[in-house]
Amino acid sequence: MKKELAALKEQVSVPTTSLKQMRECLVRLIYCEMLGYEASFGYIHAIKLAQQGSLMEKRVGYLAVSLFLNESHELLLLLVNTVLKDLQSTNLLEVCMALTVASQLFPPDMIPAVLPLVEEKLQHSKEIIRRKAVLTLYKFYLIAPNQVQHIHDKFRKALCDRDPGVMAASLHIYLLLIKENPGGYKDLTGSFVTILKQVVGGKLAVDFNYHSVPAPWLQIQLLRILRLLGKDDQITSELMYDVLDESLRRAEINHNITYAILFECIQTVYTIHPKADLLEKAAKCNGKFILSPKNNLKYLGLKALTYVVQQDLNLVLQHQMTIIECLDHPDPIIKRETLELLYRITNAQNVAVIVQKMLDYLRQSKDEYITISLVGKVAENPQTYAPNNAWFIQTMNAVFSIGGDMIPSDIPNNFLRLLAEGFDDEAEDKQLRLYAVNSYLALLEKNIQYPQRFLQVMSWVLGEYSYLKTEAKPEDIIQNLHCLLGKCSASLETKAWILSAITKLFRLTQNVKALPEVLQNYGNSTDSCLRQCSFELQQLVENREIMGTVLPLDASCDDIVVDASLSFLDGFVADALGRGAAPYKPHHQRQEEKLSQEKVLNFEPYGLSFTTSPQASCVTGRQSPAGLSFSSEISCNSTEPGLKDSDSLKLDGVKKVWGKEGYLRKKKESKEETLSPNSKSSVTTDRSSTAEKTAGVTAEEQEKQLLASSLFVGLGSNNSVSLMGKTQSTTQKFWRKSKIVEGQNSHEKTMHAQKAAVPSLAQIPNLMDNVLERCNPFQESKAILLGKKASDSAEASTEEPAQESDKTWTPSDNLKTIKAVPSASKESFSGLFADGNLDIIQPTNCSSVRVAHEPISSLTPSLPLEFAKLSHSQFELVRANENIALFSCKVWKEDCLLIVLSFTNRSSIEVTNAMVNFALTEELQACESTDFTFPLVESLTTVKCQLCLQMVKPCAQVLLTGHVTYHLESSQCTQEEFALAVFLSDFIRPLKLSTEEFGHLWLSLPNDVKQNLSFTSNSPEALTSALHILQQELKLHIVDIIGTEGIVACQLLPSTSCLLHCRFHAGILSVWLRSGCCVLPDCLLYEWQKVIQKV
Amino acid sequence: MIKFFLLVNKQGQMRLTRYYEPMEIHKRTLLEADIIKNCLPRTKDQCSFVEYKDVKLVYRQYAALFVVIGIDDAENELAVYELIHNFVEVLDNYFSRVAFIYKARDPACLPNHFLSLPCHDH
Repeated sequence: MKKELAALKEQVSVPTTSLKQMRECLVRLIYCEMLGYEASFGYIHAIKLAQQGSLMEKRVGYLAVSLFLNESHELLLLLVNTVLKDLQSTNLLEVCMALTVASQLFPPDMIPAVLPLVEEKLQHSKEIIRRKAVLTLYKFYLIAPNQVQHIHDKFRKALCDRDPGVMAASLHIYLLLIKENPGGYKDLTGSFVTILKQVVGGKLAVDFNYHSVPAPWLQIQLLRILRLLGKDDQITSELMYDVLDESLRRAEINHNITYAILFECIQTVYTIHPKADLLEKAAKCNGKFILSPKNNLKYLGLKALTYVVQQDLNLVLQHQMTIIECLDHPDPIIKRETLELLYRITNAQNVAVIVQKMLDYLRQSKDEYITISLVGKVAENPQTYAPNNAWFIQTMNAVFSIGGDMIPSDIPNNFLRLLAEGFDDEAEDKQLRLYAVNSYLALLEKNIQYPQRFLQVMSWVLGEYSYLKTEAKPEDIIQNLHCLLGKCSASLETKAWILSAITKLFRLTQNVKALPEVLQNYGNSTDSCLRQCSFELQQLVENREIMGTVLPLDASCDDIVVDASLSFLDGFVADALGRGAAPYKPHHQRQEEKLSQEKVLNFEPYGLSFTTSPQASCVTGRQSPAGLSFSSEISCNSTEPGLKDSDSLKLDGVKKVWGKEGYLRKKKESKEETLSPNSKSSVTTDRSSTAEKTAGVTAEEQEKQLLASSLFVGLGSNNSVSLMGKTQSTTQKFWRKSKIVEGQNSHEKTMHAQKAAVPSLAQIPNLMDNVLERCNPFQESKAILLGKKASDSAEASTEEPAQESDKTWTPSDNLKTIKAVPSASKESFSGLFADGNLDIIQPTNCSSVRVAHEPISSLTPSLPLEFAKLSHSQFELVRANENIALFSCKVWKEDCLLIVLSFTNRSSIEVTNAMVNFALTEELQACESTDFTFPLVESLTTVKCQLCLQMVKPCAQVLLTGHVTYHLESSQCTQEEFALAVFLSDFIRPLKLSTEEFGHLWLSLPNDVKQNLSFTSNSPEALTSALHILQQELKLHIVDIIGTEGIVACQLLPSTSCLLHCRFHAGILSVWLRSGCCVLPDCLLYEWQKVIQKV
Repeated sequence: MIKFFLLVNKQGQMRLTRYYEPMEIHKRTLLEADIIKNCLPRTKDQCSFVEYKDVKLVYRQYAALFVVIGIDDAENELAVYELIHNFVEVLDNYFSRVAFIYKARDPACLPNHFLSLPCHDH
């Protein structure tokens, strides 16, 4: 290989090598790299080939580039122009190659260069190009979601593409989008269901079949999307019951791929709102998996079961014997998956057996990665469910000794915290601690090598709690630990743990015989930590009084009050300053000064301020007045408030770990325990009945059944579907169950109770809205279809409304429905998505409202004079019925966005007790109350209220919802909901700064984002005009423009500032944004792109 | 998400590799050696999915050749298992019943859509 590489290197560097030969060389180089030999000398040639070659050479060049380079490679810059050129090529293949390379290699900062071209390709006439463009955008979305925000509408069109390939590609994007925001795409559920229905029904071309199953991978993708959409949402779930039923039914052929689909079906059925009949079918399918003799299916069955037990434990009970068999399966992979399942069903009664099984597996396993993950699970179980002290300590000992030093540090930490914090019962705590001390003393006697972490745990426990064991002499324990210290096997860290344990033990005894030896050994250790420990020990032993206060008994979880400002050093610092020492500067300030000094030449003569620095440096070497040097690394000048803050912040964080209240427990997986007396008895009867049935079986079988009964005790009952509602045991003495877990459970229960109220009140109006809106477009769709039947109407009809919806966005506006033509006509087409078969229709609900209430335009209110002078929008109709009308108007005040809402009484009678209430989301904040009441509104009059808003969390667009209630004379109360869209740009105000202030602020802002925007014009005025447009549209403040550079400042109300630095070069505008908030630059860039598009 | 695609022969020699996530060459070699150690010794009646660190390996044997695909947690193992077969069928079609092992030595002979296979699609 080496010889071959050398020959290749020579050949590619000879200038006479023809392109064809180069192609051959590159193919060889690709293979060399594939076999693990680096061939970096060929990279540049690959790029050259992609630039110069004809089609075939280009292909090999691109292929080589995509295999050789990665996103961060610097040579990639050389490729941008080639890709741009090929994207514009008329040759289909070249465009394809360019799209592929762009999707594989382009890093986020290069995306803007190609983005417009890729977008354009979404409308290409060839489906392969459209598909590649969609996939490229998917990749862009993966790496830089904010850059493709504006194309979301076009994804919808891709979903409705005539070609199934393009549609399938767009599913990848939707899976991702829906995963992030399931609520935003509920309106597409119908479309996904329709697509799946047609795929399952075999309406796709035969080319898509795999072993006579229609497009299996597509089905899987759709099932995943439906799962995300239907989760916790009954109404959406109901839409998909039919198609899921059909999928379960269709997938009866005995082939691997149908099993793969079934597996997804089962997961979906168990995720969405439950339906008894479907659950039953899914459970039956799962049975097929588990009982299959094929290991692959068995594995998948176990995996499905692991997923299912989170919803329904009964299924496990049905298969308990199979699970027991899997536990002793010859294949460790199956065993491992079974343990995963057992871990999910652990409860107080079966914990001992399950943990035993896990430990057995751990002892056999050699794999580091598996050990780490399993040890965590083993350790978590006893902490939650341990039946008694002895068992708990022994199990943890086993975990520590098996896990060795691979176990993550939070396991010993959690264990020690449990010991230290204790539980409600004082006597119980003592017993536990004493047991731990005893067992560790016994272990130390044995003189075996233990893992470091285990040694650390032992020494801490012995140091803290040895006093509980009254019959043992502290001197002996000290001796023991000292022995341990002498062994070379202990790491430095462990030695420090042991030494501090010894220090604590000296508190218990007046006998200091062992002391000199310890001090002699470690007082001059090369490790500063050990040395410090032994000095502390010496000091403390000499001064018993301090020792008592510093090391109190059983106080490991009391809060230690730390003087974070180090005020006891004030005198010392003042002294040093008095003697001319330089004042302390925090790290970041020093860095900044260094940076700013680098930028400009210093013409001033250097001062003499550092002459006294030797005196200042004695700060680090000092002894603190209390004889302790815990904080010797932090020297702090208390005259600097900023620093004090940052320091105290850090120390607060540290304190929290040890504080009793402040420590946040790691959230446990909530496990349902179903220990009600009822279920228990039913389990026992179950067991006895099975025992009767299998009375005649062999002893081995019986043994398995015994194991089963110990494993599955306490699970399940005869009740089907859901276990959430069941009561929890109170009789069981469950000493380790923390309050947090209980709280979680009860919370879950209430959640579930709400879900169960079918359908909840809030959902009804929504449902009605949906129904109404769905009727409308359906009629329209027919009309359109009649009008331009065979023509390509889909694209034309969607284009316009999509743009309009941008301006007047309301939630229902977003609803687009895909309706397939009635099935009769479908048959005449060969493919599913043949011409005109799918149409997307945009409902025009908003305008219809306006038309219906034409007369109210005469009622349009006017703005109060005080606001009319400020910049403001027109009044827009928000909500209207035959009696009232709501209008809103935005006033962009300097310090807030003012929403003026007017309430007009259109009826002939007076309205009483009108109330307007705004519901604010977390992004917004109001200066005053959000509720307004009007006791009396006369007929045909208007009242107004104002709401001052600021944006706390930057967000491109927020929907401000609210409702208005009113009484018409004495009749019943009527409620109307309304929604207003407010945008980020509503909250942006110019920030008036001088260039100098800009420079200062620029350095102090922590978050920065850079992006390149391409411009069509190349003239030097482009920058100025672009910035002026920004000033107009986004209300930014232009601080200065010098040549090709410009600086701009703005702030987001209430007070988040954002600075922009723009440089224009060769048609590319590089923008550099800095802000105090990390999201704001992204949002602002997005707004900017919108403005550019608009212009 | 598919992370990588490997073709290994029975002797443990790598025949074809394709990574969908950037990885340094020497790390690749280590990873491949580990994967070979994990997959090849398994018997035919053991299940075709192996857990290796945070990757799940799905492998399938065709005569003297193993196809190994590395996937993440979200993927459906069985679907990927069948994907391998689909891939082999495509190769079989493309090269009209030539034992593709030998052809596969020259990556330029493979259909472009394989080597540029998007990492999430079949």
